[in-house]
Amino acid sequence: MNLTSRSERVSGRIFLIALVVVTLLPFLSMLSAALQPRGTVPTGLAWPSDPQWSNFADAFTAANMGALLKSSMLIVAGVVPIGVLIATMAGFGLGHLRVPGGHIAFGLLLLGLTLPFEAVVTPLYYQMRDLGLLNTRWAIILPLIGLYMPFAVFWMRAHFTNVPAELSEAARVDGSNTWQLFWRIHVPLARPAIASLTILLFLWTWNQFLLAIVMVDDATKRTMAGALGAFQGQWGTDLVLLCAGSLLILTPTLIVFLIFQRQFIKALLQGSVKG
Amino acid sequence: MTSALGSVPAGPGTATRPGGADPARPARRNRRGRPTRWIGWLWVLPALLMYGFFVLRPLALTVQYSLYRWNGIGPAQWVGFDNYLTVFTDRDLLKIITNAFVLIIFFSFIPVVLGLLVASLVRRITTGPGGTLVRTVLFLPQVIPLVAAGIAWSWVLSSNGLVNQLLRAVGLDRVTRPWLGEFSTALPAVGVIGTWIMLGLCTILLVTGMSKIDPSLYEAARMDGAGPIREFFAVTLPSLRQEIGVCLTVTVIAALASFDIVYISTSGGPGIQTTVPGLEIYRLAFSQRQVGLASALGVVLMLLVLVCVLPIQRLTRGEKP
Repeated sequence: MNLTSRSERVSGRIFLIALVVVTLLPFLSMLSAALQPRGTVPTGLAWPSDPQWSNFADAFTAANMGALLKSSMLIVAGVVPIGVLIATMAGFGLGHLRVPGGHIAFGLLLLGLTLPFEAVVTPLYYQMRDLGLLNTRWAIILPLIGLYMPFAVFWMRAHFTNVPAELSEAARVDGSNTWQLFWRIHVPLARPAIASLTILLFLWTWNQFLLAIVMVDDATKRTMAGALGAFQGQWGTDLVLLCAGSLLILTPTLIVFLIFQRQFIKALLQGSVKG
Repeated sequence: MTSALGSVPAGPGTATRPGGADPARPARRNRRGRPTRWIGWLWVLPALLMYGFFVLRPLALTVQYSLYRWNGIGPAQWVGFDNYLTVFTDRDLLKIITNAFVLIIFFSFIPVVLGLLVASLVRRITTGPGGTLVRTVLFLPQVIPLVAAGIAWSWVLSSNGLVNQLLRAVGLDRVTRPWLGEFSTALPAVGVIGTWIMLGLCTILLVTGMSKIDPSLYEAARMDGAGPIREFFAVTLPSLRQEIGVCLTVTVIAALASFDIVYISTSGGPGIQTTVPGLEIYRLAFSQRQVGLASALGVVLMLLVLVCVLPIQRLTRGEKP
């Protein structure tokens, strides 16, 4: 394809590189501030003559990182497996078994696809209070599973709609029931769709902020994003520590992202196309 | 696709086009035993129960609350549509709703326009290590919590931050200011954070769409003597309609329902200069104990999102053959 002229391609490259630089600059600026001596007033981007890597250790203690990691993982462990499982089952029921009246259930779910969390957070708060679950991780876990259902079921249904019915019929001749059919044939086939959904739900849960600050006062029982909000409230005036802590809190996500980078990008692209 | 009842969908069976999921699609006639069909509801039930209890019930309650004056503790007082009247007449609340629409310019239009520019120049991102690096970096803002983006940019836009440092370096000392703290610049400054978050996603979506366009279309356009600009409007823009629709949908929802970034970077200030509906709902419900008014604003926000997103969907999907 030699259609694009040389100058066009060069200017395109330049644009792309500029975009990459602009994307990275805030992170670099944070890093440079995080390495300044404590108690100084840092400026935008200046490499310190004597980088204070120990600031990260201070921030680790100040942010109580160990407890935060554990809390976030507990919440993810509560939301993601159950969310993925019941969404896959529902997608199977609606897309493959085609239950009678399934389109009504599906329409009901579509209603929630564009729903801003802010619209339901107030009654959710009172609901959780009445259940006695405020200030526990359940107050984040349970609503999140429900709130993710529209997208998750939509996603899994789209997969199961495209699975040919003959596949199940052949297995039925062998005498397997629907449950066996689901686990032996359909779940393995749906693995790519399930993997993408798992990644998206993990990311959204880890980064969930609104529910975390509404439902739970104790930062060590929140999601990572919620904890970061509390950290800013507490250390907002100590810029060096704030930057070090924020970078630290970002690291787990970044590591997971870099490891599963291809899957993440695929999931995010597909996720936005469907959502 | 639905006409081939019972037979294997031919050809694009595994294609995951969003258009393939049509809610109005009739349930396929089943050739197997009837009783299994109703039992199938058991598969859907767990998801529906969670959705019903944690989304539909609160949603119904929001609508109910919105018709009362209630402080969250004492008895509630029926006020009919008074809360909605307040939402649409109160100066501050109208300003807050307008703020969300201003953010759409920064969250949606700028990323889509810049993304289109890059896409039409680059055409494709190489599959080599350089391309992977570009993709990875451009996706970073999508992966980190919005809270982190808010903290990073509060620092970048502060008095001693990077933006002012760069301005000073080129001799524009007079322009420097605490961007998030001044009345005139606070809202656009918050918007810039949104642009930063959305730009990478839009660019990659659009470039990916771009690489799927048949090169012969461009060849034909060149043969007809079309310049780059005619080419853009005749070939690129129509071919990318679906991708543009996706970008707009995602970013418009993010703008209207924004909360995290604003809460972290400005808390809605100075004054109510950067307050958005999401933040105001939070404040009304949990600090000012005006649960009814907060709920009415919640209902309005939900409807605003629908009113903005449905036409975009229609535009990009409805006319597809």
